[in-house]
Amino acid sequence: MSVIGRSVARLEDGPLLRGRGAFAADIDFPRQLHMRVVRAEMAHARLLGVDLAGALALPGVVAAWSGADVATIPPIPFRATKLKGLEPYCQPILAQGRVRYVGEPVAVIFAEDAAVAEDAAELVVVSLEELPALLDATAPPRDFDATHGTEPAIVRKGYGDVEAGFAAAHAVLELDLSIGRHSGVPLETRGAIARHDAATDTLELHGTAKKQHWNRDEIARLLGRSPTSVHLFEGHVGGGFGVRGELYPEDLLVCLAALRLGRPVKWIEDRRENLVATNHSREQRHAMRAAVDAQGRLLAIDNSFFHDQGGYVRTHGARVADMTAGLLLGPYVVPAYRTAGHFRLTNKTPAATYRSPGRYEGSFVRERLMDAIAARLGLDRLEVRRRNFVPRSAMPYARPLDALGTDVVLDSGDYHGLLDKARARFDWAGREAAVARRRMAGEAVGLGLGVFVEKSGLGPSDGVRMSVDVTGIVELVTGAASVGQGVETVLAQVAADALGVDYRRVRVVRGRTDRIEFGSGAHASRVTVMSGSATHLAGLALRDLALETAGTLLQAPPDLLEIVDGVVRRKGMAEGPVLPLGEVARALAPGMPLSRGRATPGLSTEAWFHSDHMTYPYGVHMAQVALDRMTGAVAVEHYLVAYDVGRAVNPMLVEGQIAGGFAQGLGGALYEEFRYDERGQPLSTTFAEYLMPTIAEMPPLDILVTEDAPSPLNPLGVKGAGEAGTNAVGAAIASAIDDALGGKGLVTRLPVTPREVLRMMGAFDA
Amino acid sequence: MKPPAFAYHDPATLEEALALLGRLPNARPLAGGQSMMPMLNMRFAQPDHLVDLNRIAGLDGVDVEPDGALRIGAMARQAVLERHAEVARRCPLMTEALAWVGHRQTRNRGTIGGSLCHLDPAAELPLVAAAMEASVVVAGPAGQRAVAFADFAQGFMTPAIAPEELVVAVRMPAQPAGAGSCFLEYARRHGDFAIVAVAVLLRPDAAGRIAEARVALGGVDAVPLRLPEAEAVLRGATPGPEAFARAAATTAALQPMEDALVPSWYRRHLAGVLLGRALAQAAARMARP
Repeated sequence: MSVIGRSVARLEDGPLLRGRGAFAADIDFPRQLHMRVVRAEMAHARLLGVDLAGALALPGVVAAWSGADVATIPPIPFRATKLKGLEPYCQPILAQGRVRYVGEPVAVIFAEDAAVAEDAAELVVVSLEELPALLDATAPPRDFDATHGTEPAIVRKGYGDVEAGFAAAHAVLELDLSIGRHSGVPLETRGAIARHDAATDTLELHGTAKKQHWNRDEIARLLGRSPTSVHLFEGHVGGGFGVRGELYPEDLLVCLAALRLGRPVKWIEDRRENLVATNHSREQRHAMRAAVDAQGRLLAIDNSFFHDQGGYVRTHGARVADMTAGLLLGPYVVPAYRTAGHFRLTNKTPAATYRSPGRYEGSFVRERLMDAIAARLGLDRLEVRRRNFVPRSAMPYARPLDALGTDVVLDSGDYHGLLDKARARFDWAGREAAVARRRMAGEAVGLGLGVFVEKSGLGPSDGVRMSVDVTGIVELVTGAASVGQGVETVLAQVAADALGVDYRRVRVVRGRTDRIEFGSGAHASRVTVMSGSATHLAGLALRDLALETAGTLLQAPPDLLEIVDGVVRRKGMAEGPVLPLGEVARALAPGMPLSRGRATPGLSTEAWFHSDHMTYPYGVHMAQVALDRMTGAVAVEHYLVAYDVGRAVNPMLVEGQIAGGFAQGLGGALYEEFRYDERGQPLSTTFAEYLMPTIAEMPPLDILVTEDAPSPLNPLGVKGAGEAGTNAVGAAIASAIDDALGGKGLVTRLPVTPREVLRMMGAFDA
Repeated sequence: MKPPAFAYHDPATLEEALALLGRLPNARPLAGGQSMMPMLNMRFAQPDHLVDLNRIAGLDGVDVEPDGALRIGAMARQAVLERHAEVARRCPLMTEALAWVGHRQTRNRGTIGGSLCHLDPAAELPLVAAAMEASVVVAGPAGQRAVAFADFAQGFMTPAIAPEELVVAVRMPAQPAGAGSCFLEYARRHGDFAIVAVAVLLRPDAAGRIAEARVALGGVDAVPLRLPEAEAVLRGATPGPEAFARAAATTAALQPMEDALVPSWYRRHLAGVLLGRALAQAAARMARP
């Protein structure tokens, strides 16, 4: 029986459960210094001067820098998106002449211990002349600097005759919808530990995550070194979610300090820094117009939106706005579409991707629209979606749009089928009846849903190197990274299935640049699709090599042999001559006769998988909520995530991804928001103000994973699972709250706070 | 988030601790540490000396006094009190309130004395002390003194206690026979500081009317707030929706504190809502005549 599709235990958990993990703060090197960052305390100001004398005089302080000391280092670059003209908006590693958000690095201290570094940071005198802060991305743009405005780009996409759609409309709907500023807030804050090995002239950076190879190349370029003299290492990562593992100013600063000071340099972000310095996300306002016919079918969508990027453009460029625009239409047929995304700088923490970027926002907007259509035309909310779905018969369905630089081609899917399954699993009809009874008794209860298409498996290429040692242990070296999601287990399962070994005998090496030249890390729900497919191909190739070699050794035709539990034997014969894979590896060692005819010795191979298109998994979220009419509190009474993942390598891990992702989506729907006062001072700087949902806030969550639409784009048929739980939570919770309020389309903004509920109930004019 | 340097002291006796506090400038005692440690790490508190009370024996007892009152040692852990049978019998309001105090993990370390001295305006245990008319036993160079809680809670996070003094115990009168009490609060998430908390106690007379009412609100003012107007409305009234609505309506005159995240009107609104609900629950818990 194949190990693919089984909920086997995670390989990662042993050291984690025993407290033997290696998170960034666990990493120490002899003679290391500790870095502390002095951060801007105004949202927008001229930086008149930085006086480091007091800090430098403190015993234990080794060095202190301000912007002038690092002025030759280029700003942090960006990758992705085809937009031009973003370069002037990139962030310097220390502020140069102006600060643009509270939390921007202004100076750094290097000291013998972390507490002394923090003492010294308090002695740095930063002279600022306050400028008016721009805090509203929908307000008219202003000057970013002498030659650039605060709107570097407008992301435009579209197709079809939008005006004709509106001219033919039975009804036109207009919505004004906003998503609050929130983000991934991993339990482990960022950390970076750099050291320069002068003996070999190698610069090492530890505590990294997500994008080691790209970051390595950029660090090398920015510091004027060759990429092969810079190596990044990944230990354990306490949550990624998009924000962790991007290249930030602090990463460059520790590397530069390790080179300049000749000692290892360690920096661990504290939580107050984390909430103002690590990427924010999500803040968008949409002005949406849609034309529909008398049956509720979409004729055209015209969507303009404002993306609040914060103080600088970071590594993602305009990716969130790009994905919002490219993926907004989800599962529906839309004959004509036009979107304009105003990508705007403000004086807040810079923003970038957060789990389901552009889709959490887009699904909220699109599904609010579908509810509005149902309400306007008096249609059932599920029915209006069914009428607009791309039918299974139309797959693969090409949209004249692009996202992440690839054309949007929905590869497979049965949206009608999944909505039916979700409706049955959730007992939508039964709950509707129960809700009606409770409303009669005076309760404010409601049901809601959101239907969505995810995207996953971003190409273009992924490679792995797989080898078997003389003890029969399989080593899989991948350029993928682990943010804790179970990469090692899943890749081991795929390798074990292809090769014929126990998955527990596969060692997965990931997240380090010194073992493999190329890698794409862990993002965009791509690892299982891309690295998994490469692993599959490598496993099959290695199996062929093992059988061919064993055939010679056992004097049997390879096609009569098989590999079971790491042992080569005759097909179907448990008795008889066998050859462990370790022995096969020994026979292929350098100098052995069988290795002579081969390009490289050893039982090893490298395989690559290429893909020009993403795969598109899809799902349905359904929610039941009850509102407290007096306090405005929202109780989520039941929640379902139904998701078609194509093929689940490890269903337990898929469900785990969905449950964790759901909790984050719930945060954005009801609790989490980075708020600012009128001068741009952040109001959410501890966990007392930035409200992450805890286990007490988690409602009963039902998860239905289906495998009805395997992807035709990869040999395993898999699609990504990382963002399914998050995608439509805002949409479904908003839909349910709106339903509880009478289905009038009152819910137009996330998060929905208790005070907002009271206001919508008409209790207060708040 | 590393504290500035301080000297750490861990006396083994109360006398030693008091001597240290009397002798050392800018010294702060450390009880359960659930507020103090974050304040140190955020550098909100910057003491030169920290006097750890955790090694001192005998400060964590729970005793019943001859009049039925509880005498609770200042270092009694919140988790111990939450499960304590005598506390549940004599002061059910405290048992109910403790479930709202932080999280299980913080209650394992947090102490009653620490909570009363920290005196956060939204904290649960000071609110219970206000409703139960507790007194606080303070030890200092001149010996021990008892302070009524109403006098102890001087102002915003300011207990009436000198730098060289320590709270050693809390005297919590037993809930009167036949009375019903209720503790409720509203926060965005479980374990958060209350936006508003309410503690009420209703004692019936032989005819089932309310002989005595105590109403206290947290999160509204700098210190736990007794509501004499609501108490007067309830005294002598027949327990029921009409009386409770009139009592709750007295919150309309409140001018609650306001911050960047919670406006005054919302606290005032919640005070009325929670008071109405708490009174109904407390009445349901009174002895039947």
